[in-house]
Amino acid sequence: MNVASPLSGAAAIAGIGATEFSKDSGRSELQLACEAVLAAVADAGLQPSDVDGLVTFTADTNSEIHVARNTGIGELTFFSRVGYGGGAACGTLQQAAMAVATGAAEVVVCYRAFNERSGERYGLGQAERPMDTSADRAAYAWMTPYGLSTPAQWVAMFARRYMHEYGATSEDFGRVAVVDRRHAAVNPAAWFYGRPITLEEHQASRWIAEPLHLLDCCQETDGGQALVVVSAERARDLAHPPAVIRAAAQGSGADQHMMTSYYRPSISGIPEMGLVGRQLYRQSGLGPDDIDAAILYDHFTPLVLPQLEELGFCGTGEAKDFIADGHLERGGRLPFNTHGGQLGEAYLHGMNGVAEAVRLVRGTSVNQPDDVRNVIVTAGTGVPTSGLVLGADG
Amino acid sequence: MSAAYEDRLRAFVGREIHPLRPGQDPVNVPMIRHWVEAMEDDNPIHLDEEAARATGRDGVVAPASMAQAWVMRGYAATTAAEGGGGPADELTDLLAEGGYTSVVATDSEFEFHRELVPGDHVAVREVVESISPEKATALGTGRFITSLRTYHDQDGEVVAVQRWRLLRFRPKAKPQEPEERSEADAAERPEERASRPQPAINRDNAFWFEAAREHRLLIQRCAACRTLRHPPGPCCPECGSFEWDTVRASGDAHVYSFVVNHHPRHPAFDYPLIVAVVELAEGTRLITNLVGVSPEEVEIDMPVVLDWVDADPELSLPVFRPVAQEGH
Repeated sequence: MNVASPLSGAAAIAGIGATEFSKDSGRSELQLACEAVLAAVADAGLQPSDVDGLVTFTADTNSEIHVARNTGIGELTFFSRVGYGGGAACGTLQQAAMAVATGAAEVVVCYRAFNERSGERYGLGQAERPMDTSADRAAYAWMTPYGLSTPAQWVAMFARRYMHEYGATSEDFGRVAVVDRRHAAVNPAAWFYGRPITLEEHQASRWIAEPLHLLDCCQETDGGQALVVVSAERARDLAHPPAVIRAAAQGSGADQHMMTSYYRPSISGIPEMGLVGRQLYRQSGLGPDDIDAAILYDHFTPLVLPQLEELGFCGTGEAKDFIADGHLERGGRLPFNTHGGQLGEAYLHGMNGVAEAVRLVRGTSVNQPDDVRNVIVTAGTGVPTSGLVLGADG
Repeated sequence: MSAAYEDRLRAFVGREIHPLRPGQDPVNVPMIRHWVEAMEDDNPIHLDEEAARATGRDGVVAPASMAQAWVMRGYAATTAAEGGGGPADELTDLLAEGGYTSVVATDSEFEFHRELVPGDHVAVREVVESISPEKATALGTGRFITSLRTYHDQDGEVVAVQRWRLLRFRPKAKPQEPEERSEADAAERPEERASRPQPAINRDNAFWFEAAREHRLLIQRCAACRTLRHPPGPCCPECGSFEWDTVRASGDAHVYSFVVNHHPRHPAFDYPLIVAVVELAEGTRLITNLVGVSPEEVEIDMPVVLDWVDADPELSLPVFRPVAQEGH
């Protein structure tokens, strides 16, 4: 393998752990974080005292010190946060991999935990959030006074333009939801376990923000997810086959906004995801043809289509045909969101998707395709984002 | 409005309209008791000496928000004719002369310097801080009168400062058919309509919203390389200059993309609500609402023209309507 980056292959994900995924956890976000972290450490076959690094999202309410103090993690030599909501997901693993590769830490746990359904719901939008004069807050001044204030609405603006330019339809978006829910239906950890949907049900579901139906939108979840990163060498001695981090990258595009990059010459692509993809392939020495499965961020179905295009799995504007041809199914060219995605399993800001990629590499997914060696994972779309390629050892 | 009238109004700015005037009674426990019962304020520091001392105070203290109550003149004075002919009455008369016969209090901001205790005797003086130009508000055309009230104790020490704002306005005639509510007339009747989400204003975007209040749609322009940009920011991404000015948009635009919102609903809006990204003739894009068109009629590339919504006294927003309906 032609490896171009010192990061590629240096670190591996050795442990994964999560709480149950629910709509009302009945406990604090900190407790969810601690449970997930301890589960991931145990899954790796390590002790909390082995951990010397913690990474989470700036959006997470559970500071590293609280997690460390409560779980028996002692001294920390590395702690870091990644911004931009769900765009942080794979970025936390990149932080961990860089820390391990440079010796800043030896065992780094990445975590994300929230009561996003029973507590503060992102889906309700930004209309009535506290005011201040920061640039981030002031950015909402251009949208919320007009009633454009929720993630579904922000995505719908991109979706409408994408449909206009490429002739995609609501059914093309619906096919993404159907695949997610089909995969979730056989995943006991998924909220929608045992509840697949049909395209007709997708089409009949109520409007949220045209052109988005209810079933184009992911659920909201209470839960926690954590992942343990160690050096690839150390991972070989631990409990599970390592999921080697072949590549990890972040990307923020030109004229980047949060969910509303409507001012670029074209808004039907996701240039920040293209930027992530190019880095992933360059770091790993792999190309789209080497990728055996994909975990693509699916808070809303429409933005799965341009991800397939930006990552080189099909040509620009051709994702609708790629999907209609069945390539995202378990037996297809690119098995997709085998856990059920955020529409089907849980909305854990993309971190549950990273865990599924680890299971795919281990060969333990509930929808395990044959012969998976390399899995691509993406983080939030419409925001500064990140991605990973995980691969089997050797 | 004549220039002479403006000058007469302006003469009140900075003027003391209420000289220092003591309240009728000192701060006292019976009034505190009435107040905390009416307000359902069960904080024991207002009536229970022991509880108050347990917090480090010398004894009970009056609720801070009673400051204004101690200097109110009582029911008889409010029902009697104003009379007196003092400067406050002169200002009221002058505003009535301009047609601003209705009044509504819009803001009260307090700064408390110390807690008041029984036996304190509060006095207040009031100075006019500003009188706004005439504004088209949801209630009617009017002017905002902002004054500063300074509350003193018996020793002349300042105990609280209150910035007080009134809207003096010409009342509008009531619309007849409450059934037929367009977005425009809903916005004119705030008693039935929640405020739109307020924009967070900072040093980088204030100019735009200030111009919008005057129904001018501005586009920021780099003063060095003349590149237009929106949303505005402090620095030109093309040339790095921090110098900028603005150009006024022609108001011609076309629809670049749009959304029809159904859920969740915000009480400020009628649904389904159309939000669009329009591309202005000048080339920059803008998030806005489309009005005078139904969701099923909207198409990408459809030409639209600028219109305005006066959402509330402080917020006017550019919206767009189809060209065909211009002037309707």
